[in-house]
Amino acid sequence: MLSLHLSALQVVIPLLAAPLCAIIRIPGVTWLIALAVGIASSINSIAILLHINRFGEIVYSLGGWAAPFGIEYRIDSANALILLIISFIYLLGIIYAPASIKTEVPEKSQGWLYTAWILCFTGLSGITISGDVFNVFVFLEVSSLSTYILISFGQDKRCLTAAFRYLVMGTIAATFYLVGIGFLYSLTGTLNMADLAQRLPDLISQNTVAVAFGFVIVGLAIKMALFPFHAWLPNAYAYAPNAVTAFLAGTATKAAVYVFIRLTFEVFPEDYFSGFTSSHHIILAVGIFSAVITSAIAIFQDDLKRLFAWSSIGQIGYIAVGVGLASTAGVAASFLHLFNHSIMKTAIFMAIGGLFFVTGSTTTAALKNAGRRMPWTMAAILIGGLSLIGVPFTTGFISKWYLVSASLEQNFWWLAGLILLGSLVTAAYVWKIVEIAYFRKDPNVKVVRQEAPLSLLIPTWILVVANIYFGVDARFSGSMATQAANTILGVSP
Amino acid sequence: MKQHLILHVIAKIMIPFIMVFALYVQFHGDYGPGGGFQAGVIFGAGFILYGIVLGKEATMKIVPPPLVYTTAALGVLLYTGVGVAGMFLGGEFLNYSVLSADSVAGQHLGILLIEFGVGMTVASVMIILFLSFADYRQPESENTN
Repeated sequence: MLSLHLSALQVVIPLLAAPLCAIIRIPGVTWLIALAVGIASSINSIAILLHINRFGEIVYSLGGWAAPFGIEYRIDSANALILLIISFIYLLGIIYAPASIKTEVPEKSQGWLYTAWILCFTGLSGITISGDVFNVFVFLEVSSLSTYILISFGQDKRCLTAAFRYLVMGTIAATFYLVGIGFLYSLTGTLNMADLAQRLPDLISQNTVAVAFGFVIVGLAIKMALFPFHAWLPNAYAYAPNAVTAFLAGTATKAAVYVFIRLTFEVFPEDYFSGFTSSHHIILAVGIFSAVITSAIAIFQDDLKRLFAWSSIGQIGYIAVGVGLASTAGVAASFLHLFNHSIMKTAIFMAIGGLFFVTGSTTTAALKNAGRRMPWTMAAILIGGLSLIGVPFTTGFISKWYLVSASLEQNFWWLAGLILLGSLVTAAYVWKIVEIAYFRKDPNVKVVRQEAPLSLLIPTWILVVANIYFGVDARFSGSMATQAANTILGVSP
Repeated sequence: MKQHLILHVIAKIMIPFIMVFALYVQFHGDYGPGGGFQAGVIFGAGFILYGIVLGKEATMKIVPPPLVYTTAALGVLLYTGVGVAGMFLGGEFLNYSVLSADSVAGQHLGILLIEFGVGMTVASVMIILFLSFADYRQPESENTN
């Protein structure tokens, strides 16, 4: 029985903790609660993963009401993987947070920050494990609303306009998604994913399905910041507190990508995405275009957080390319890149937080002499950057390898070429950072070694080491991603 | 608006009725139209009417912001707590049937508590929204008013 409760606990623990934090509001205590949630959820997500590997998928009916009528949580290897990513990034983010936000957020607001953070985590976990499209919408709103709050804690006043802009875009996204599932409900009378998957094949020629599909796709594309719906992301990442940016970069768009994959390949009839509507060509084209173009935009950014925010949009492009290939290998590459990208991007943003802690700035000018001034922090950014390019022995290489072989499988030589072109453009903005940090020496300034505190460095370096580990030994991440893709596409391994 | 005597008197007469009606909507929600959300909005409206007529300071004396923040969170906690109680009693999360020996009585008890939690949070959030926006003044126009 307890093993069945695992799925509910993933949402219930943070949901209990968040109001508790709102009542207590003492920064230190709320942090401890947030940390406890992180530890419990991480252990829980591992337990879920082990349980699924042994016994298969977990189905949990909330309130004891059986599936098509009640809400059910359904976890298979695809959401278990995403759950693992979200839980661990959350845990590391919370460990990282106190030293980082001390310099950015006034003490009396910190209790609220942790409350919003836990709520955001509740929402993201809920999106990931729910097997009910309307329940996904509710959790999408929980996570979005708390994300707006988190962004507005930023130090720069411009964070408020960034949060408001994201609020408008996020609300439009949620509305689109809701309209889409409303159409599906009017047609089938059900909101349960498994039930929808059973009923939709008979209705495939109806225009309502096509309209619903369009609405759902666009809504989720906004949430995952897929080009051209990415406009909210650069400012949101740039002005949010550093710890929050690190957390969001590794989790927020990832949950939306997961729902996107789940709906397009599993809930909508087989081949609807790739065969019937041929919309996978659009996703593929948009993905590869944004992977190259937004990486090029990143070169011209003077603020490190904004630079890597643009780079995030590009990386989402690569994930979209895998989805757009609409093959098992492609979706596996997407899942793998989801996993890898959250490791490297969170590490980079954590390191930037460390840079901010020491220099009080995240502009590229602050990087001057940083290579000698804080070697560990800069090495973390450098390794993250190399991983974004796709240098061997980093996770980025594994992602690119999967993606390129998935495109070669369909004889898309031009696509493989463009993916490598994207890597070259990425190399340009990483080189820009390396050049300023390591080679632009100022002879008049005597460099004093001044490293970020250990409480910032340790979570950063855990991720950097994970980045290298999963870049050398990709057995775990690779097999998990392949298994996830097989489950979603209904291929027996 | 303290100088408007009619508004003042009518509001004071109306507010108790608004609140009793809110409680009716809250607890009769099991059998008729209503429920925690609607009841919470009506209950909050009682305080908002008081705030509009007697001013923000007077309202803050009755419902100090820290108190409303706490009740808002307590409502959610009550909701989740009932769900977890179901888990401890051997059912699923939010399974009310196990809350009592008789499953129908359990369902009644469960939905009553849950809706009370919803009502508490919604009423508190309505008041918080009012107090937050009543605070807002444009910096320049402050002197001219």
